[in-house]
Amino acid sequence: MSGKDRVVVGLATCGIAAGGVSVMEEIRREIKKRNLGVEVAETGCIGYCFAEVLVEIQKAGMPKVIYGEVKPNDVPLIVEGHLIEGKILRDKALLIEGRKTPEADFLKKQKRIVLANCGLIDPENIDDYIATGGYEALKKVLSGMTPEQVREEILASGLRGRGGAGFPTGQKWNLCAMAQGKDKYIVCNADEGDPGAFMDRSVLEGDPHAVIEGMIIGGYAIGATHGYIYCRAEYPLAVRRLKKAIADATSRGFLGKNILSSGYSLDIVVKEGAGAFVCGEETALIASIEGKRGMPRPRPPFPANKGIWGMPTNINNVETFANVPWIIRNRAKKFAKMGTVGSKGTKVFCLTGKVRRGGLAEVEMGTTLREVIFGVGGGIKEGRKFKAVQIGGPSGGCLPESLLDTPVDYDSLPAAGAIMGSGGMVVVDDTTCMVDLAKYFLTFTQMESCGKCVPCRLGTKRMLEILTRICKGEGKPEDIDLLEKLAIDIKEGSLCQLGGTAPNPVLTTLRYFRDEYVAHIRDKRCPAGLCVDLVTFHIDPEKCTGCGVCLKNCPSGAISGERKKPHVIDEDKCIKCRECIRRCRFDAVYTV
Amino acid sequence: MSGEIRLKIDGKACSGLKGETILEVARRNEIWIPTLCYDERLEPYGACRLCLVEVKGARGLLPACTTEITEGMEVRTSTKRIESIRRTVIELLLSDHPDDCMTCESAGSCVLQDLAYRYGVKRSPYAGETHKYGILNGNPLIERDPNKCVLCGRCVRICEEVVGAGVYGFVNRGFDAIVSTPYDHSLLDTPCLFCGQCISACPVGALTSKISKGKGRYWDVKKTDTICPYCGVGCTITLWTKENRIVNVTAPIDKGVNKGDLCVKGRFGYQFVNSPDRLKSPLVRQRDGSLKRVSWKKAVSYIAENFARIREQYGPDSIAGLASARCTNEENYVFQKFIRAAIGTNNVDHCARL
Ligand SMILES: Cc1cc2nc3c(=O)[nH]c(=O)nc-3n(C[C@H](O)[C@H](O)[C@H](O)COP(=O)(O)O)c2cc1C
Ligand code: SF4
Ligand code: SF4
Repeated sequence: MSGKDRVVVGLATCGIAAGGVSVMEEIRREIKKRNLGVEVAETGCIGYCFAEVLVEIQKAGMPKVIYGEVKPNDVPLIVEGHLIEGKILRDKALLIEGRKTPEADFLKKQKRIVLANCGLIDPENIDDYIATGGYEALKKVLSGMTPEQVREEILASGLRGRGGAGFPTGQKWNLCAMAQGKDKYIVCNADEGDPGAFMDRSVLEGDPHAVIEGMIIGGYAIGATHGYIYCRAEYPLAVRRLKKAIADATSRGFLGKNILSSGYSLDIVVKEGAGAFVCGEETALIASIEGKRGMPRPRPPFPANKGIWGMPTNINNVETFANVPWIIRNRAKKFAKMGTVGSKGTKVFCLTGKVRRGGLAEVEMGTTLREVIFGVGGGIKEGRKFKAVQIGGPSGGCLPESLLDTPVDYDSLPAAGAIMGSGGMVVVDDTTCMVDLAKYFLTFTQMESCGKCVPCRLGTKRMLEILTRICKGEGKPEDIDLLEKLAIDIKEGSLCQLGGTAPNPVLTTLRYFRDEYVAHIRDKRCPAGLCVDLVTFHIDPEKCTGCGVCLKNCPSGAISGERKKPHVIDEDKCIKCRECIRRCRFDAVYTV
Repeated sequence: MSGEIRLKIDGKACSGLKGETILEVARRNEIWIPTLCYDERLEPYGACRLCLVEVKGARGLLPACTTEITEGMEVRTSTKRIESIRRTVIELLLSDHPDDCMTCESAGSCVLQDLAYRYGVKRSPYAGETHKYGILNGNPLIERDPNKCVLCGRCVRICEEVVGAGVYGFVNRGFDAIVSTPYDHSLLDTPCLFCGQCISACPVGALTSKISKGKGRYWDVKKTDTICPYCGVGCTITLWTKENRIVNVTAPIDKGVNKGDLCVKGRFGYQFVNSPDRLKSPLVRQRDGSLKRVSWKKAVSYIAENFARIREQYGPDSIAGLASARCTNEENYVFQKFIRAAIGTNNVDHCARL
């Protein structure tokens, strides 16, 4: 990098969704207007999702500063103040190099291996990746390691699959390396279908070469002849960046025929999936690549023996591959020093929901949930109370406050009824109804069931119907037993792990929040005051100042009252839209 | 025998060959394991989950239809867990299935009905939304009732794997998943051959023969195994007769050269038997154009006389023979011998070539 001043805008999907493109345009316009010799670049997501759009300013002689929540009309101020006058705009600055800022904890409490480059390099520039040590691992492998040595190294690192099941990656590579076949495939699973999960997307958008380098190393280790990246079509930016990265890597000789004159050849094709959750399941993914409907089949035979077109196939997750170059560069021993006995390295989580700092959190395995949610995430929004955390998306489980000291690793989470899954972490506070939450996840899984096997296709539908009637106050006393029995039969009877894990949110909420189910069924009451059929809205005359905001905003004219006198809600007219609760600045509206 | 694998199923010592599944070995040993999506003509599919069994040392339950046997394997086909899942599967299927056994064509030969009977499931505890699809019968032969479909995929797979027409596929997801044709077209506008193989594969009443409708169900017909008269393949068929009329044709899966497979003629082309147009004795055309019934003896001598006369007058090449595909190889051999040796011409051909 030259000594030139530089402005970098985070333009991953999250940055773009927050308006990053217009911020970028505004920056270019300002810089042109003022004729400043400043370089403007874009980067991927650094993980500060709660503070998008992010703009980083690198000015000679000043610390690097990242500004958060930048709007187009903030741009002239930043350009004028910071770039021209050299003054840091304190109230907008999220991070100042070398200084303490309130939001610095978000990064400081993380350990970044997979995300090391995300939000820092230009993902579309292969030289940026190479400058950080990119493709060093590939060179090391091809110039001095046999495929067996590579597999041994990965095995020794203790790396386990980050796609959900946590299968030891080295072992998987060994199985595929042993399998016989005319062709062999190495596949990167970039389907990422869990609602609330976006870590794979962030890696693909922010550091595509790391994934590709990991794949080439894996391909060499198992003797793969072809590679596929199965990426959902809803990730157009990731697809575009992957395609560019593949083309650039090919033109530099890292990919294609006779890679770096080693004699090893591999091609990689991006296959766009149409966005079905089940297509992330490996046998459905294979069917989809072959042009068939994405439906799982029983295993064995495992893909290692019979995968794409019946040939040996190795499938790994995006994050799994992204760990590989680091392990080769830094050696297995260093990787294995991080984490717990059974789970090594780090894991990227998507912190979402009611947490104060939502975004990408990469932490060492074994970090406690409390550390992730309160340390990295900064606790609960708006000073409310933590209630539970759903880990592993719709396949995962919901853990209560008493389990906040559970370490995140492949052994402790399942013991508590959750799973690591792909790394979704949805934090909920005391305004969330746990029956409603379970219903939300079931709505998703029953819709995404491929329909092949009976327990999942019909069972999840019936579970959803039972949950729906409980939320409506129409639940019957025997419903809890019925739900539990159905959940266990679906879990043990389903063909693939979509059905096999779909009941988890229900089973864990039944385990940890059973009283909420009972309250809905027996007392026709929703303790969180959320289920519309079970609550009525009232105004506390003590707190109401008679400001009239609720009255003005009630869409059904249910609120009446004179100015400066307590208002009242007419139960018959109220449509329970919650608008008054949202609007009242005095916390005077409550539900019963 | 070399390569023999020994295992125990429900404590019973069994054996099989490499590549055989638990289900195959169990069936051979008369150990009952329920199935719905299994059809021995097709690749195992593992979808209905009824055949789940417990294998010692394995994580979770395994489908007997797809799990290959291994030396020393110990299998249990019925435990409390397994039976709970089986019952739940039946209850779930019945929760979205019409209460129509009274008038269903398949009553008596329906796997779901048999399972409900065996497990004593009267009413599903999972009452909820049910589907209300229209009946699809815009073609002369095959009636489809998606409301009764259990999504076992047997029709989809037999059409793809055995027939090679690939008419059916799954569409939609979850509760609304359904078997359909491309763009929901009528079977007439698909590559459908109307062989009715899908009907033969369907374990319930979702696919039935239109021309058999209302004519007699499994238990009130007489079943007679015979050979299809249509062509030289000689498929084994089962004629379903009632009041001395054929009302349906099926093929037994365990018999004959065809092992349950049939073509459109064998399965549906039986109506000629009772047709008033059917010729039952030879007819000779008279000079005025009318046809006269004669005895076989008379007819044969009439043919012989006239062939001899024509051959005498115009030479052997004035005569040609065309054989039928409904004849056997042996019959066709005799026929060409007759044309070549007795008539003395090489003018002989076969309709299958046309
Ligand atoms: C319903 C379902 C969805 C899945 N979705 C994904 C996914 O989006 N990404 C992924 O990497 N793995 C997914 N998996 C797990 C894969 O089947 C497979 O285990 C994984 O890709 C293996 O890679 P790993 O060993 O690197 O974890 C899913 C599994 C199931 C059952
Ligand atoms: S468990 Fe669900 S998604 Fe998986 S095969 Fe069965 S129906 Fe399909
Ligand atoms: S129509 Fe019959 S054979 Fe086809 S999927 Fe449905 S139940 Fe199975």
